[in-house]
Amino acid sequence: MQRIADLRAWLFLAFLILGFEIWSRLSFGGTFLFNPFNIQSIAIFAVAPLLLATGQTFVIISGGIDLSMGFIMGLASVVAAHVINWATPGMGFGLAVLFGGLVATLIATLPGAVNGFLVAFLKVPPFIGTLGMFGVARGVAFLLAGGTTVPVKNEVFAAVGNGKLFGVPYIIMVTAVFVVVMHYLLGQTKFGQHNYAIGANIQAARRAGINIKWHLLRLYILSGMCAGLAGVLYSARFSAGAAQAGEPLLLDSVAAVVIGGASLFGGSGTIFGTVAGAFVIAVIQYGLVFINVEPFWQFISVGVVIIISVLIDQAQRRFAGGRQSE
Amino acid sequence: MNDISPASRPLLEVRNLSKNFGPVEALKDLTMAVRAGEVVALAGDNGAGKTTLIKAISGVYQPSSGEILLKGKPVHFGSPQEARDQGIETIYQDLALADNLSIGANIFLGREPMRRAFGILPVLDRARMAEAAKKTMALLDFHVSRLDAPVSNFSGGQRQAVAIGRAVFWNAQILIMDEPTAALGVPEQRKVIALIHQLKAQGRGVIFISHNLQDIFAVADRIVVLRRGVQAGERRIVDTSHDEVVKLMVGG
Repeated sequence: MQRIADLRAWLFLAFLILGFEIWSRLSFGGTFLFNPFNIQSIAIFAVAPLLLATGQTFVIISGGIDLSMGFIMGLASVVAAHVINWATPGMGFGLAVLFGGLVATLIATLPGAVNGFLVAFLKVPPFIGTLGMFGVARGVAFLLAGGTTVPVKNEVFAAVGNGKLFGVPYIIMVTAVFVVVMHYLLGQTKFGQHNYAIGANIQAARRAGINIKWHLLRLYILSGMCAGLAGVLYSARFSAGAAQAGEPLLLDSVAAVVIGGASLFGGSGTIFGTVAGAFVIAVIQYGLVFINVEPFWQFISVGVVIIISVLIDQAQRRFAGGRQSE
Repeated sequence: MNDISPASRPLLEVRNLSKNFGPVEALKDLTMAVRAGEVVALAGDNGAGKTTLIKAISGVYQPSSGEILLKGKPVHFGSPQEARDQGIETIYQDLALADNLSIGANIFLGREPMRRAFGILPVLDRARMAEAAKKTMALLDFHVSRLDAPVSNFSGGQRQAVAIGRAVFWNAQILIMDEPTAALGVPEQRKVIALIHQLKAQGRGVIFISHNLQDIFAVADRIVVLRRGVQAGERRIVDTSHDEVVKLMVGG
């Protein structure tokens, strides 16, 4: 059933691209898909939502949700900018970038750890706990940024954000590697296996001797880290730290996970599906601009796609449920 | 049915066990034993103390007084995990399975085997889990063709078999089953009864809680009846009848 859900998202992505291809050939005789510039733009577009969505996939499979990811990303973006600016004179360009990136990603795990502590130890529902952290991270990020964007004066950082190797942007490479690691973590390790079990039946997981509290703590730290990496890459791309960097991306991350075939009730979902989900959103957003549709249609289309995905998913589950009781 | 011969030392003995919750005595001075290859049914009305008894045996509750002996040695369980480590496994009514995982993954849940891919990268050893699942389920006379399917695809009786299979795989010597047939249809109930016969044949001890006297008489060797926290009677199944058991349960 999970495989069907994954394939559904990829199939949908294929149809979507086909649709845009036909539209662009009919209306202005050009290609959509076979233009490398389009592909690259879509991939760059998908980087931040995809990074958030990989962390969100883990959280949603466990039966939770992390609403604070967007502003943790903003916080990391601002911290990266400040730390790199501070460290560049002393460390030199390259080392300062490495140092700033690490510090920002580590700082991002702090709100993640607080989320995990609230959910695991104080039994706060994830929706409420991370909503609180949404506010806290937002406030702290804007305070640190002084209410404005923080420009970074470091050419190595700009090169990381905009440079390419063999025609492939660095940030896409970093994201691709990270996604593969997350796929491994979810599909091939005890951590991933326990995550599925907790999402399906937390009682069963506890009785099997899994340390639920410790797992949840690490889970939300992981999702904070994903947001942190997204924030650092954002700052690299724009050579600036912005508290609002991830503001519109939180819902996209949840949407990508759901379109990718996960259930918001927990227990199902894959990174493979989430990648398709993130690209569905990126293709819709970029594609609609490409064919000159007013940008507000993006919101409408993504919204409709989310609802359709959930409806198809429910229908499929009902079908599977019927088979189970035979 | 030579189970009450004094020569065979019991696998599990409960001696004068009491459990108080504040002023409430949920269990008073209860004594019982389970031998290898024996199925002991626990019967009694709601609130008679059956659940308190099995929770004390399986380490969920600490008894207020009395002792538990495993193969003749006094034991004390601080947690269900400790009881499980010593071979006492409880199969709960709600089965405690992760529905989205395969049989193998459920058997190994919390203690997954790992292997090294490309000689370095640790990954879950799914082949080993599937192999163990196949062998274990065959031991219970339950042959599955789709070992990678999530257990939500299986029927209630098959899922019960998976829960029992997990206990068997981890070498449980005593299985405590709380209403294993309650949520099942008639053919599935028969399947579970057959499973319990298998466990018995393998020399394991089974404690079986049920409201269904028919099931008790189909599978148990002895029946222990509880009433308001005390033992109201203990009978060999061959020596008793439905009527007598009901009388013991309600008193009078």
